[in-house]
Amino acid sequence: MKAYLGIDVGSVSINIVVLSEAGEVITGLYLRTMGRPVQVIQEGLRQAAEYIPPDIEIAGVGSTGSGRYLAGVMVGADVVKNEITAHAVAASMIEPDVQTVFEIGGQDSKIIILRNGIVTDFAMNTVCAAGTGSFLDQQAARLDIPITQFGDLALQSCQPVRIAGRCTVFAESDMIHKQQMGHQIPDIINGLCEALVRNYLNNVGKGKEVLPPILFQGGVAANIGIKAAFEKALGKPVLIPKHYDIMGAIGAAQLAREEVGNGATKFKGFKITGLPYRTGSFECDGCSNVCEIVEIYEEDKVIGRWGSRCSKWDII
Amino acid sequence: MSKLTFPRMGESWRAFKMLLEDLGNDVVVPPRPSKRTLDLGVRYSPEFACLPLKILMGTYLEAIEMGADTIVTTGGVGPCRAGEYALLHHKMLKDLGHDIKMVVFEPPRIYPFNFIKNVWTLNKNHTSVRGIIAHIKRGWRKVQALDNTEKLSHIIRPRELSRGTTTKVYQQVLEWIDCAYTTKQIIDAESAALEALRSLPQHNGQDVLRVGIVGEIYVLLEPASNLEMEETLGNLGVEVERSMFLTGWTRDNTWKDTTERKTVTEAAAPYLPELVGGHGRDTIGNTILYAKRGFDGIIQIAPFTCIPEIVSRTILPRVSRDYDIPVLTFFLDEQTGKAGMSTRLEAFTDLMRRKKRSKLGQGSLIV
Repeated sequence: MKAYLGIDVGSVSINIVVLSEAGEVITGLYLRTMGRPVQVIQEGLRQAAEYIPPDIEIAGVGSTGSGRYLAGVMVGADVVKNEITAHAVAASMIEPDVQTVFEIGGQDSKIIILRNGIVTDFAMNTVCAAGTGSFLDQQAARLDIPITQFGDLALQSCQPVRIAGRCTVFAESDMIHKQQMGHQIPDIINGLCEALVRNYLNNVGKGKEVLPPILFQGGVAANIGIKAAFEKALGKPVLIPKHYDIMGAIGAAQLAREEVGNGATKFKGFKITGLPYRTGSFECDGCSNVCEIVEIYEEDKVIGRWGSRCSKWDII
Repeated sequence: MSKLTFPRMGESWRAFKMLLEDLGNDVVVPPRPSKRTLDLGVRYSPEFACLPLKILMGTYLEAIEMGADTIVTTGGVGPCRAGEYALLHHKMLKDLGHDIKMVVFEPPRIYPFNFIKNVWTLNKNHTSVRGIIAHIKRGWRKVQALDNTEKLSHIIRPRELSRGTTTKVYQQVLEWIDCAYTTKQIIDAESAALEALRSLPQHNGQDVLRVGIVGEIYVLLEPASNLEMEETLGNLGVEVERSMFLTGWTRDNTWKDTTERKTVTEAAAPYLPELVGGHGRDTIGNTILYAKRGFDGIIQIAPFTCIPEIVSRTILPRVSRDYDIPVLTFFLDEQTGKAGMSTRLEAFTDLMRRKKRSKLGQGSLIV
């Protein structure tokens, strides 16, 4: 049986999906990147190889996320696509009529507007990471609350507390101020959820027409406090797909399926989990740009280079 | 003898160098903005000033290291703080102990005497008025040749068969124009340059998308400040048309508004009837004109905290809706990582391509 592999290498998590020909998730993995994408990709593939039934043959691979090029050269991807396209594709698979996608991940948040199945507009957070998963993680750690309970606590709030959402620095100092005034933790957390939603709709969603069905995906969708805040702010239902946290990888797998068609895949096989990978870097002195070139080696062979402003180092 | 330098904006330095040398000056060509330029600029500039102020600060410091002691630059009128930058740079450089001279050109139609006085200062050879006019005309022709060549490179790049050939040839032909001196030589070099670009192997360009670039002048004109966005787009198969070139800007600011300028202002009027400083109104007007010409998308680029562009960015969603044209905005600051920008540009290209194909009724909606 044919199946397709999708890999989403994000700042906070790496997701690996094995998708059947029918578009069903056979295996879906969510692993923390922990700053070591190479090792985690290898570890993820090792786990994926264990989970999948023996009669499955990987017929295509797609990678996405900020580490898509890295993953692409490591595994031999057939398609390397940006996360916006990948998320839009996955959302359309789950909900063909989808008109709006909210995606909030570790470092960035995006809004995608679709009409009649095609992306007509999108936006990503620009200069600030306020309202993304990393900030919620950080605040959960500061309050010593497991991030998984964050949403439940927010729902227990009975008194509104206003937190500034424009910038994480403002948000944090506001939270501390409110906490020292004696407000309850659930109220503060709820205030934070509302602030993040306000900032998201105002900054990322600026001027966009948010029409239902609305899909909310990315790691932050696990937080029911944020979902509730979205619904309150919009007055419309927000749907969370079953595989909300691995949608990018699902989209990448689907794109690989379309890319490969009946052709052959470039996938190197699960054997790469055992290969040694290392990275090195050097400064190019070809011009005044002094680009920092990063190289990745598979065994002793260079398989990819990044960081060059010109095409001098593109040929491997 | 004093050594002159000036702000670097794209390739125009080649013409400025020639003009200033013709008037008998010793010229220090500022280096292309690099990481070091940015580091120097950021270190000595106010934190919340915009990127052009910081890059220019770094550029001036580098030029001073190379021996420059006089800076020739432009001032400005209207509600954009860039008009104060010459003064601010002068003060900051003085604070750092650099005793430099600043020659600041204000728009000549408002300050004709400033113009005459400055030309007088720069005229070291005591060239006659007629001679000066001839030098300026020739320099002007060179700027035009440089602009025309750059414009053509934006059209050829997305159509090239072998990735990178346009950029390579473009770098070569710039040298030809650089070496040309007389008007005839400049015209000949320009024709040869255009011909060299045109004769590159190209595909039929069926799938090429057209994008209009609007925004603030400095980040539009200096590729090093916008992470070579135009080249990146060309490599993605996108033909770019930039709304601003030095030739156009200079014409609008020396004598009177050109017809183009009036058309832009008129187009912007229903959305933004006021001058908001910088090029805010032009951003709106040009977006509308590009949409009317059937472009596939618009990219606005601006320095972070640029007020005129913030004003226009707030208006652009409405223009985008009314004219059914996608708009993507980038605010640029000191970040040199290109990943975020590449992701957005790739996604934007996907979006435009799908939209175009669905309009043409071609099968697969997924690129």
